[in-house]
Amino acid sequence: MSQRIPVVELSSRDLKRNARQALGDSQLRGNMRSAMDSLMAKRLASMPDEYEREHLREMGNHVRARALSKLPELLERLEANLTRNGVKVHWAETVDEANTIVLAIAQAHQARQVIKGKSMVSEEMEMNHFLEGHGIEALESDMGEYIIQLDHEKPTHIIMPAIHKNARQVGSLFRDTLGIDYTEDVDTLIQTGRRVLREKFFAADIGVSGVNFAVAETGTLLLVENEGNGRMSTGVPPVHIAVTGIEKVVENLRDVVPLLSLLTRSALGQGITTYVNMISGPRRADELDGPQEVHLVLLDNGRSQAFADGELRQTLNCIRCGACMNHCPVYTRIGGQAYGTVYPGPIGKIISPHLMGLENTPDHPSASSLCGACGEVCPVKIPIPALLRRLREENIKKPDDPHRVMRGQGSKYSATERLVWQGWRLLNTSPLLYRLFGFFATRLRSLTPNIGPWAQNHAAPKPAARSLHELAKQHLEGK
Amino acid sequence: MSDLFYDAAPNATRVAPPLPTPRQYPAKPQQVYLFGTCVVDLFFPEAGLDAIRLLEREGLRVHFPQEQTCCGQPAYTSGYTEEARKVARAQLALFANDWPVVVPSGSCAGMLRHHYPELFKDEPETLAQVKALAERTFELAEFLLHVCQVELQDQGEPVQVALHTSCSARREMNTHLHGRALLAQLQRVERVEHDHESECCGFGGTFSVRMPDISGAMVRDKTRALQDSGAAQVISADCGCLMNINGSLELQDSPLRGQHLASFLWQRTGGRP
Repeated sequence: MSQRIPVVELSSRDLKRNARQALGDSQLRGNMRSAMDSLMAKRLASMPDEYEREHLREMGNHVRARALSKLPELLERLEANLTRNGVKVHWAETVDEANTIVLAIAQAHQARQVIKGKSMVSEEMEMNHFLEGHGIEALESDMGEYIIQLDHEKPTHIIMPAIHKNARQVGSLFRDTLGIDYTEDVDTLIQTGRRVLREKFFAADIGVSGVNFAVAETGTLLLVENEGNGRMSTGVPPVHIAVTGIEKVVENLRDVVPLLSLLTRSALGQGITTYVNMISGPRRADELDGPQEVHLVLLDNGRSQAFADGELRQTLNCIRCGACMNHCPVYTRIGGQAYGTVYPGPIGKIISPHLMGLENTPDHPSASSLCGACGEVCPVKIPIPALLRRLREENIKKPDDPHRVMRGQGSKYSATERLVWQGWRLLNTSPLLYRLFGFFATRLRSLTPNIGPWAQNHAAPKPAARSLHELAKQHLEGK
Repeated sequence: MSDLFYDAAPNATRVAPPLPTPRQYPAKPQQVYLFGTCVVDLFFPEAGLDAIRLLEREGLRVHFPQEQTCCGQPAYTSGYTEEARKVARAQLALFANDWPVVVPSGSCAGMLRHHYPELFKDEPETLAQVKALAERTFELAEFLLHVCQVELQDQGEPVQVALHTSCSARREMNTHLHGRALLAQLQRVERVEHDHESECCGFGGTFSVRMPDISGAMVRDKTRALQDSGAAQVISADCGCLMNINGSLELQDSPLRGQHLASFLWQRTGGRP
């Protein structure tokens, strides 16, 4: 145990520094590259027909856009139908409110132990940490989350939290924390984890889960998973608390079908997950199992800020498949922890500024070459590069700009940089000035400076001896 | 229940709207504009000149408005939308005739074709002009292939080349397909694949100077893949990528270099040795 260096929580304000560290970690680079290559191949193999795939994405986009276009109404219907089904619905504007709600439920049942299915919203809430502060143990039951929890790390991916680790690293971790003999055999490792967790399901007072889709028309909470831990977490303990973001609502079960096809294929290249749980209320009088109480906590946490802007609203289309991460050349190189946010990768760069404010994610919109790989694979067609560009625009606004769009806007405002761009604009709107610049840049080309950040990766740039303006003029007039 | 799962039927896509139709190409015109782009202008002017020569060989009269500067993309992608709009506006008036505008860069062509309409969406009068411009904007490889329908006669020695396509050129203009089709016409040119060919080279305009660590890791991976491909030469239709890739190769003292597609095509087909 003493051999392991505890991972310090990385700050979202230090993306550049975090990235530099991650880039130097060859183990991480290798693990991430091979994992992402495999995920990209699996996705494509599960959706080989471009025509079908593009139609399905188009449909996914329509379903989500329609749901968001009537979000307030759907949320009210969801609440009414869940209530009718016997589910208690709670609303939380902030993570503090959400945690307080969960704590109150736990205390009402004198709960000591909580078992958790995978939930990114609970990560947003830092629920484990919060509950531990109140003497309640919260244990992750998703194998990846369990590994991360044992290693005191943060998830590196929203679907596969421990994807940055290989079998050797997990073998050492289990040897050190669970006291088993070292092995790299994945089956043995998984079986070991499952044995430990199995006991915990029966000892837990409360099961916590996330939600993939909350269906308004029927009051159904839909949850996909591959390990059975989701069903155990939501079915075995006497109380089930589901936590989710307000954007997860869809209109009806028909809407779920294309979204489900897209979600499992985009995430893992699976036609369907091993388990698809559809939770429609607590145990009824004639039923033998299931929880006696079911709660749903609907969390806002900045989502309504994105909702308020027609363009930024598309951020909320997300169904959390992680395909944008798997295909992102930046994410593949720096891993998920470097972002310092709950949601990493391309989707993280566009959702985190709403959850945390641009002041806490100042470099996230810029940490992209806008290559567009993310937007190309997004199952619900979120124009991620366009939204990144929009966030850059918000980020460089004057801090006192009266047009308020989001928390922390203008966090990268720089009078100097603005002046540089104004100079650039002057140069490029004045043909004479531009040609003069071209004349001198080419005549004095050996004096071209190799400026700092460019020089880090490149030899000095050298303009040509004559500009195209001159060459074209000479050539065309010579005719 | 069967009705409930209607959408799950194998032909579930029947309820989805049709996909956008592929671009329709006009007949070959007599005259065209060349929008040279600022990077070509200062760093790869030969590529711009070779583009003019290739177009002239197809019997077109080429116009190069001397007032042209930059498409505005660097400011646009950096979030300086107003500065980008002013620079874009300055280009609009230069292409008054309804001749096609040919651009020897996929990302700049994509800027004119896809992002100008976004930039001027709140100005109805300008928007009509911008949309008409977008409609007649073509990336060079696309124009040679689909509008001129070139038939290239390879006159060079056998050579292996790797093709790198800029991400916006690939995703906004399909330049990777057009570039491959043109290279395939050259009988003694073998195009070799390189590892993670469709991945970004790390340029991304100002990204390369804002995030030099990440960008540097990307260009090092890209140049390694290109060197490992066995290609004697790298071909690209985007000079932003070429600046990035060549600058990195030069720093690594590698003999490998990237060349613009227009120059490569012109040289291979007898333009000059």
